[in-house]
Amino acid sequence: MELLVFVLASVMVLAGAIGVIAYNNPVHAALGLVLTLFGIAVHFVSMEAHFLAAVQVIVYAGAIVVLFLFVIMLLGVDRAEDLSVEPFQIQRPLAVIVGVAISGLVIAAVVRGRSTLGEQLKSGVPGDDNIRELARSLFSDNVFAFELTSVLLIVAVVGTVVLTRRQRGGASK
Amino acid sequence: MTPTTTWYLVLAAMLFGVGVVGLMIRRNPLVMFMCIELMLNAVNLSFVAFAQAFTDISGQTAVFFVMVVAAAEVVVGLGIIIAILRRRPGTTIDDLAELKG
Repeated sequence: MELLVFVLASVMVLAGAIGVIAYNNPVHAALGLVLTLFGIAVHFVSMEAHFLAAVQVIVYAGAIVVLFLFVIMLLGVDRAEDLSVEPFQIQRPLAVIVGVAISGLVIAAVVRGRSTLGEQLKSGVPGDDNIRELARSLFSDNVFAFELTSVLLIVAVVGTVVLTRRQRGGASK
Repeated sequence: MTPTTTWYLVLAAMLFGVGVVGLMIRRNPLVMFMCIELMLNAVNLSFVAFAQAFTDISGQTAVFFVMVVAAAEVVVGLGIIIAILRRRPGTTIDDLAELKG
C-alpha cells in the first residue's frame, strides 16, 4: 500500500515537472506545476508531515500558482514560446548533460551514504502531535526567525506595490 | 517492500535535476520561475525525508521557512517581471542582457 502511494505520487511529481519544462504554453506549465506540488503534498502526508502537507496545498498550489496564473493573464497568453526554435544549438544538450550530472552525483552520494540513514522509515508522531511539535520548535527555538519572516513578508508586499505601481499623471517612465 | 528515506532522496534529486534542466533551456521568465519552484520543492522533500529519518522536527521547521521565503520571492520576482514586460512586451531572458557588465 505504501509502495503504491509512493509510486503514484512520484509519477505525479515527475510527470508534472516534465510538463513544466516541456509545454509551450505557460498556462499548461503552471498546471504541470500544480500536479508536482500535489504529488509532493502526498509525499508529505505519507511521511507524517501533515501540517506541511496542508500548507503545501494552501500556499503553493493555492496562492503561488494562482499568482503565476494572474501574471500570465495580465501579460497575455498569446506569447507561447516556440520550443522548436533554439538559438544556441549546443545549449539543450549541455543543459541536459548538466542536469543529469547533478542528479547523478546527488543520487550516487545518497546511495553511498544510505547506511547512515537506517533502512526503515521510522513512524513519526501521529496526528495532532506533528503540529504540536512543529509549533513548539517554531515558537521556542526559532521564534526570532519566525518574527523576521513577518518583516520579510511586509517588505516583499510593499516592494511589489512600489515596483508595479503606474506613475500617476504622466506616462510611465 | 516499503519506501525508505533513500527513495525519497533519490526522487528529490531527480526533481532537482529536472528543475535545473528547465531553468537552463527555457527562455520565458515565468517558466524559469516555475523551475526554481521545482528545485525548492525538491529540497523541501529531502528536508522532510531527513526529518523523518532522524525523528527530528527541525527539518520540518526549515521547510516552513523555505515556504515563506519562496512566497516572498515569487511575489517580488513576479513584480519585477511585470514591471519589465509592461515596458517591452514579448521579451525573453535573452533580451534582458542590458545589465551585463
